[in-house]
Amino acid sequence: MVTDTFAEGIETEITVMELNLWYGAKQALKDISVDIPKNSITAFIGPSGCGKSTFLRCFNRMNDLIKSCRVEGDVLVGEDNIYESNVDVVELRKRVGMVFQKPNPFPMSIYENIAYGPRIHGEKNKEKLNSIVEETLKAAALWDEVSDQLDSPALDLSGGQQQRLCIARTLAVKPEIILLDEPCSALDPISTSKIEDLLMELKKDYTIVIVTHNMQQAARVSDYTAYFLLGELTEFGETRQIFEMPREKSTEDYITGRFG
Amino acid sequence: MFSPKTSERIAFAFLTLAIAIVVAFVFTIIFYITSNGIGAISTDFLTQGPKNRMTEGGIFPAIVGTVFLIIGSMAVALPLGILAAIYLNEYAEEGRIVWIIQMAINNLAGTPSVVFGLFGLAMFVKYMGFGASILAASLTLALVVLPVIIRASEEAMATVPPGLREASLALGVTRWQTVRKIVLPIALPGMVTGAILSVGRVAGETAPILLTGAAYFLPRLPTAISDQFMALPYHLFVLATSGTNIAATRPIQYGTALVLLLIVLGVNFVAVMIRRHYKKKMRW
Ligand SMILES: Nc1ncnc2c1ncn2[C@@H]1O[C@H](COP(=O)(O)OP(=O)(O)O)[C@@H](O)[C@H]1O
Ligand SMILES: [Mg+2]
Repeated sequence: MVTDTFAEGIETEITVMELNLWYGAKQALKDISVDIPKNSITAFIGPSGCGKSTFLRCFNRMNDLIKSCRVEGDVLVGEDNIYESNVDVVELRKRVGMVFQKPNPFPMSIYENIAYGPRIHGEKNKEKLNSIVEETLKAAALWDEVSDQLDSPALDLSGGQQQRLCIARTLAVKPEIILLDEPCSALDPISTSKIEDLLMELKKDYTIVIVTHNMQQAARVSDYTAYFLLGELTEFGETRQIFEMPREKSTEDYITGRFG
Repeated sequence: MFSPKTSERIAFAFLTLAIAIVVAFVFTIIFYITSNGIGAISTDFLTQGPKNRMTEGGIFPAIVGTVFLIIGSMAVALPLGILAAIYLNEYAEEGRIVWIIQMAINNLAGTPSVVFGLFGLAMFVKYMGFGASILAASLTLALVVLPVIIRASEEAMATVPPGLREASLALGVTRWQTVRKIVLPIALPGMVTGAILSVGRVAGETAPILLTGAAYFLPRLPTAISDQFMALPYHLFVLATSGTNIAATRPIQYGTALVLLLIVLGVNFVAVMIRRHYKKKMRW
């Protein structure tokens, strides 16, 4: 694997060391080590089935839900090794939020969707909840479109609005990191560009990791890009470098559309 | 043989016929029982006990008994069945043990109710010493409807999209909170349907209660769960087969059947209300 050495002073948010992952007997991730920088957008690209989603789901341990899945190696979020046995996975997931490929709002009102997380985590104060809802909807660039219909069903929103609502819902539990797994693959170009603008805005306050199979999207929004192939991290570096002068032949082939 | 358009028409004709037959039967039954039974219904019929060797008077003790059985068996079977379904659907991992449990539930569902009666007699009446009583009969009926409740609850929970569970867990919400706040509210209408089916079953079963506490005739109402009781289906059976004057009590028999039907419809109505309430709460 080839890793670029970053400029001095770049802070690391997620450190992955020699990570291996199996689904049953099948190895899906092979010996991955990488440092994901703080307050930046890192894109995961690569042909489908190469392990991007699997890798992303290591950061909030969503892979724990799959019985056949076994992980070896270390993942540090901040200072904490999240695969140690005494780690509280529920607490971890508050710190590391996730937005899924298909928008998945709950069948409740817009307001209730966002208040859901904070309320379960103990926030009872109505005023506080109101302000969380307003702040996160503003942060997710959705407030102007829905401020007068907070009590209407979230499922009445368009796909793009639903996805931004899901982002707002994630922000409401105050994570440090936001993971997004192909969040725009079901959306039209206008909604997609709204979400891209939003991510650029959010990276000031959050560390963002996004899986995408859209090369333009990776080039447009990300600061760093990781290229995966067959469960291995083939190349990782600054996005400009990856797109302009990839070191690996297979990265270049993929980016230029010669395969994948 | 036929063009697609013709076979579409033929298929549709058969489907229409099938549903017409079903609807016709349902309405015939309801009409038949209502028209034969309505004459017997009166305040006395609903509030008095049987008189004159059960050829006159009312069915109040049997109504009370059946209501007690519904309450008693549901109080046991609903929580037990729903918790079991939550375990099977939300917690258990596919494997040998779960497979065995599922097989056991399927077999329980296919067991003739008289077998439950025998089991109830041996287990609750004799071994546990509850005697022939409301308690023993309720527990037995709870076992009869347990598979129905578990199956309906499991099916209802299986309709909750997995993406919603993931979304909830990814917010740092525990599994149990996710079950309570997302899965159960969405699954509730389906679970209520299972509960209604089982109330109908409890109200109508005869064999299990015959062996565990239903009385041919009781001069007074039960006052404790350890008392014996009268119940509508058994009372109907008694009047229709071994009563003192079978022909003369026909109207009372139909009246009893009608009351039984109304109780089940009443429960249905409550269930529809619950479903509507929850549909409003969860907004699709
Ligand atoms: N739950 C699972 N059980 C078994 N194999 C899985 C599971 N999820 C993913 N895989 C396998 O792991 C590999 C990587 O999958 P995934 O991470 O979804 O790839 P990507 O997101 O890059 O398309 C694929 O070969 C896929 O078939
Ligand atoms: Mg994927």
